[in-house]
Amino acid sequence: MGSGRLYLAVAAGGFRRYATYRAATVAGVFTNTAFGVILVYTYLALWDEKPHLGGYDQAQAVTYVWLGQCLYATLAIQGGGAEKDLMERIRTGEIAVDLYRPADLQLWWLAGDVGRALFQMLGRGVVPFTFGAVFFPMALPTSVTPWAAFVVTLLLAAVVSFALRYLVALSVFWLMDGMGVNQVLMITGIFFSGMVLPLNAFPGLLGDIVRVLPWAAQIQMPADVLMGETDPLGAFAFQAAWAVALLAAGRLLQSAATRRVVVQGG
Amino acid sequence: MGERSALLEGLRAYRLIAGMWMRSSMTYRTSFVVTVVGNLLVTGLDFVGILLMFSQVDSLGGWSLPEIAFLYGLSVTAFGIADLVLGSMDVLGARMRDGSFDILLVRPAPVLAQVGADRFALRRLGRITQGAVVLGWALVSVDVDWSAPKALLVPVMVVSGAAIFSAVFVAGAAFQIFAQDAAEVQNAFTYGGTTLLQYPPSVFGKDLVRGVTFMLPLAFVNWVPAAYVLGRPYPIELPRWAVFASPLVAVACCVLAGMAWRVGLRSYRSTGS
Repeated sequence: MGSGRLYLAVAAGGFRRYATYRAATVAGVFTNTAFGVILVYTYLALWDEKPHLGGYDQAQAVTYVWLGQCLYATLAIQGGGAEKDLMERIRTGEIAVDLYRPADLQLWWLAGDVGRALFQMLGRGVVPFTFGAVFFPMALPTSVTPWAAFVVTLLLAAVVSFALRYLVALSVFWLMDGMGVNQVLMITGIFFSGMVLPLNAFPGLLGDIVRVLPWAAQIQMPADVLMGETDPLGAFAFQAAWAVALLAAGRLLQSAATRRVVVQGG
Repeated sequence: MGERSALLEGLRAYRLIAGMWMRSSMTYRTSFVVTVVGNLLVTGLDFVGILLMFSQVDSLGGWSLPEIAFLYGLSVTAFGIADLVLGSMDVLGARMRDGSFDILLVRPAPVLAQVGADRFALRRLGRITQGAVVLGWALVSVDVDWSAPKALLVPVMVVSGAAIFSAVFVAGAAFQIFAQDAAEVQNAFTYGGTTLLQYPPSVFGKDLVRGVTFMLPLAFVNWVPAAYVLGRPYPIELPRWAVFASPLVAVACCVLAGMAWRVGLRSYRSTGS
C-alpha cells in the first residue's frame, strides 16, 4: 500500500516536471500539427492512388496520421523520455544514488516515465489530434466501448515503450556513452513504430515481420483498436506479452549490470 | 569597406571555430564513423518510406518515383548543406537559458559566425551524401529532354536551396531570442520544410502551396524550378521567369534573415544569473 503511493508520487513528479516547460509544449504542439498536415496530404495522395491500402480507407489513414502525431512525444517514439535521464545518470555515476533508494529501480523509472507520458499526451498530443479531427475527415468511433479499449491499449503501449527504452538505457553500463544506442533507438523507433508508413501498408514479408515486433504495440495497435480494425482482446494480449517479456529482460540485464559493473565515480 | 571586412572576419572566425570542432570530433575516430553512418541511416529513412510507398503504387500525385527522387535529392542536399553550415543554431535557446550565450557576445568575433560554427559536426555530411546519391540516381533515371537551361538549373537549385534553408535557420535563431524555450517551432520550418519539399506540390492543398510559394518561399528550393525541368505543371499560376528566380529569392531571404538576426541580437536580455 505504502509503496503504491511512492510510485504514484514519482509519476506525479514526472508529470509536473514536463508540465513546467509551457512554451516548449506549445512549440511542440505547433510542430506536431505542421508535420501532421504534411503527412496527411501525402497519405491522402497514396490512398487516392491505392484505395484500401492495408485495409484502411482514406479517413482511417488520416486518423492514423493524427494518432501518430499525438503519440509521438507521448510514447517517446524517437527517444527522449526517461531513458535519456537514466543514461546520463549511469554515465555520471549518479545511478549509485538510485540503487541505494529503498525502491525498485525499474518501477521507479517506469512510474516517472508514465507520468511524463500522461503529460505529453494531454499537453502535447490532444491538440494536434483535435486539429486533425476538425479540419480533416477522420474515422472515429461514436460509442464508448472502442474508446475505453483504446485507453487500455494506450496504457499498455506506454509500458512497452518504456520497457524497450529501459533495456536500451541499461546498455550504457557497459558502453559508457549513449550516443550510438540513442541513434539506434531513434532509427528503429521511427521506422518500426510505423511513423514513416502504417505497418499494415508495409509490403510482403517485411510487413509480416514488422507487425509482430514490439514496436507494433505502440501506434499500430492503438490505432487498430480505436478504429475497430482488430479484436481488442487480441491486441491487449499482444501488447501485454511484449510488455512482460521486455520488462523481464530489463530485470535480467539490470541484475547483471548491478552485480558486475563498477559504477563510474570521481 | 567596413561591411566587407566584417564579412571576412566572420568567415575567418567561422573557419577557426569549425576547425576546432572538427579536430575534437576526429579524436574519437570510430565514434565519428559510427555517427556518420547513423546520420546517413536516419536521414535515409524518409526515402525508404517513399520506396515503401512505391512498392504499392506506380505514382504519387501523378509523379513517378524518379521524379519524386529528383525532388527528394534536391531538398535533402540543399537542406543538408544548410544543416552542416548552421545546423547547431537550434541549441541557441539552451545557450541563452544557461547563460553561456553571453560568453559569445564578449568575444571579439561576429556572434553569427560563432553561433553558426558552434558544435560544428562533420557527421552531418551523412545527410548531404545520402541526398546527393538519391539526386544522382534521379538525374540518370528521370525522363527529361535536357537543355542547357535545365541542366544549369540543377546546381543553381542546390546552391539557392541551401541559401534559403540557411536563411530559415538564421531567422529561427533570431526567433529563439524572443521565445527561448520554444526552439522546437523552428523544426516545423526546417525539418518540416525539407520533408514537405520531398513530395510533389500536386499532393498538397492549393493554400499550402500558395503559402510556401509567396509567404515562406521554400517552393523555390526545388518545387518551382524542378516542375519546369520535369515539364510538370505547377499547381498555381506563376509568371514564366519565376522558374529562374531561385537565386533572387535566396538573396532576399538571406537579407531579411540577417535583418531579423540583428533586431533579435539588439533586443537580447541576459538571464543575468
